[in-house]
Amino acid sequence: MSILPPSQKIWWKEPIHGIEMMWIILALIWCLVLFLWMPYWHVYGKQNLSNESYKTSPEKFESKANAMAKEHTVRTDTKSNIPVVHPPAGSDVYLLGRMWQWWPILELEKNKTYRLHISSLDWQHGFSLQPTNINLQILPGYETVVTITPDQSGEFAVVCNEFCGVGHHTMLGKIYVK
Amino acid sequence: MAAKMFRQCPDSGLFFHKSAESLMKAHAVLGVVYLLVGGFLGLLVALTRMPSLHLLSAEDFYLALSIHGTAILIFWIIFFEMAVLYFAASTLLRCRPATPGIGWVGFLLMVIGSVLVMTAFFRGNSSVMFTSYVPMPAEPIFYLGLILFAVGALIGCFIFLGTLVIARQEKTYDGSVPLVTFGALTAAIIAIFTIASGAVILIPTWLWSLGFINHIDPLMYRTVWWALGHSSQQINVAAHVSIWYAVAAILFGARPMSEKVSRTAFLLYILFLQLASAHHILADPGVSSTWKVFNTSYAMYLAVLASMVHGLTVPGCIEVAQRKKGFNNGLFEWLKKAPWANPVFSGMFIAMIIFGFIGGITGVVMGTEQINLIIHNTIFVPGHFHATVAVGTTLTFMAITYFLIPVLFRRELIWPTACKWQPYIFGGGMLILSLFLLGAGTLGVPRRHWDINFSDALLQFQFAGTAITMLGIAGFGGFLAAVGGALFCLIAVGSLIFGKRLDPGASLFSSFGFPMASSCYNVERPGKLGLAPVEQTGDGGVQAKGTFVLALVFLASFVVYFFINAKYLSSIWPMG
Ligand SMILES: [Cu+2]
Repeated sequence: MSILPPSQKIWWKEPIHGIEMMWIILALIWCLVLFLWMPYWHVYGKQNLSNESYKTSPEKFESKANAMAKEHTVRTDTKSNIPVVHPPAGSDVYLLGRMWQWWPILELEKNKTYRLHISSLDWQHGFSLQPTNINLQILPGYETVVTITPDQSGEFAVVCNEFCGVGHHTMLGKIYVK
Repeated sequence: MAAKMFRQCPDSGLFFHKSAESLMKAHAVLGVVYLLVGGFLGLLVALTRMPSLHLLSAEDFYLALSIHGTAILIFWIIFFEMAVLYFAASTLLRCRPATPGIGWVGFLLMVIGSVLVMTAFFRGNSSVMFTSYVPMPAEPIFYLGLILFAVGALIGCFIFLGTLVIARQEKTYDGSVPLVTFGALTAAIIAIFTIASGAVILIPTWLWSLGFINHIDPLMYRTVWWALGHSSQQINVAAHVSIWYAVAAILFGARPMSEKVSRTAFLLYILFLQLASAHHILADPGVSSTWKVFNTSYAMYLAVLASMVHGLTVPGCIEVAQRKKGFNNGLFEWLKKAPWANPVFSGMFIAMIIFGFIGGITGVVMGTEQINLIIHNTIFVPGHFHATVAVGTTLTFMAITYFLIPVLFRRELIWPTACKWQPYIFGGGMLILSLFLLGAGTLGVPRRHWDINFSDALLQFQFAGTAITMLGIAGFGGFLAAVGGALFCLIAVGSLIFGKRLDPGASLFSSFGFPMASSCYNVERPGKLGLAPVEQTGDGGVQAKGTFVLALVFLASFVVYFFINAKYLSSIWPMG
């Protein structure tokens, strides 16, 4: 009875039930597979988070995003004239999150690789690229750098999936891939 | 002459000490109050996320969601766990509780703390969610309330440890503490660690909210906060697994197949769960992959192993006990002949199955560094923790309440038919909710989001129609679960007020934290708690074959689901 003291005072010398032992071995093997899966994916998988990130400040990050937008804006979109930026393939691309938008709109080329820098100017935000479904946590003061290679063309939305205030649900960004 | 402070429950044979009993009752009742508050707001959240209803305004929705999470995940569960700690130390060991007066101080702090947090929420300026990530600010009384609540809970944990010491000194039992008490001890140890982490992060955050500190690093906050936030859910796991063993013993006279295995599994929780909270920051910048893999791997997978072991040994010990009673035909007669109409059993068993199959598997998938990329902060996450916490923990606590109302409160349960159906309604509703949230999350639907149609956003985006349909079905599941939850609260509160008194002399208030009529306490010192009878030792050659088959089905589902997600991951944009 598990609500009574064990009948053998020296419980740690009890024998182990055969089925229990078999299950422990199976479960342990599976746990090891799960563990090895992560280093395995780093080597052979193509979807990994980079280890590259920097401490930054909202001002510093905003000025880098502004500089990129100034140089590579090709047109504007929506009635509030959000710049659509077409940076050269292989370049550093900046995306900033703030209440409640992702800025600017990016236009990337299919199967080209970019270094995407993301940070927040105010609170925590969630970068959620849809419908491709890549989800990253974005922290103010930290600049995340991921090397991405869009391999589908089309129009992608950047949804904010970390709660950031009452206008959170309007926080949408856009990435065009051509 | 020493006062007669113990009474023996004539139905269960358990001994209750007057002051421990009052503390248990007070904590359990407050827990149910918060379940009611949190559950009601949960219903509003579910009905808002149902796209066709979209009940609340954005502001009210975030307010309701903040209250729902905190009231359930912290207040309901921890109040109830304090009752479990008093039960596991005082009642199971037939011991007087250590410093009951200070126990009331702890209780009072928990009440004041939780009321402060609720006040902050209802004032409307603290809708910061359960996680309360900086730099988003809440009012100072929000953080202060959490700190006071935590101090109160900490006092409860130390009284639990003190009671174990007294029981040992006064030799109220023979041999080692029972497995259930051992499991509660692991819960208390994890709780102490958790609350310490909470203090490390909440005290500076409180000072920040008051303006004494001007910056809290968000990554540091997240790292330390999750040592609180995740480990606090592991207290629940240790607590509800202990209750599973208790139910198996109470209803079936089941004995653990091997004390060694079950206890070692509890020890693994203590050793390896804490840093498993690293899996909450798998998608964060500023932390290297090596650190993430290291901390999620050894810490998480050995804890997963422990849960997988309990997943076999709990039903396994029930099977062995049932087979010894003669339910020995085929693989599953023991299970078919189980008391499915008894909510103590059905609640516990449904909790165990859904916790393992849905909660456990999805938790591990989510904790895999790269797969997390397709899941992080989507509505998959609430899908996962409704299976673990809302079914695993809450339904287990509901099940044991059906046992405690007659035994602890000495009242008969009202509405036997409703009692019989309640675990199925609640468990079934939560199962639907969890499954469809998991599905919608896999399609990318964000969590904590008021309007996934983005109707007043500048840019536009549409989620797949399937995702919208799944949210609708999940909302229906949430509604059903709320019906089940409300039914539980009605039965529990109704039985305390209107249930037939089992001790005719008991006073009107004996149900509400106040002791029974003094005539009930007629034992000065209960006899020493003896060892479990030896004939119950071991499996006696009876093999838990049915359980093993179930365990293999579980493992197969686990493997298949894991690789489906890995396949899905491989289809997203290459990145690194
Ligand atoms: Cu945001």
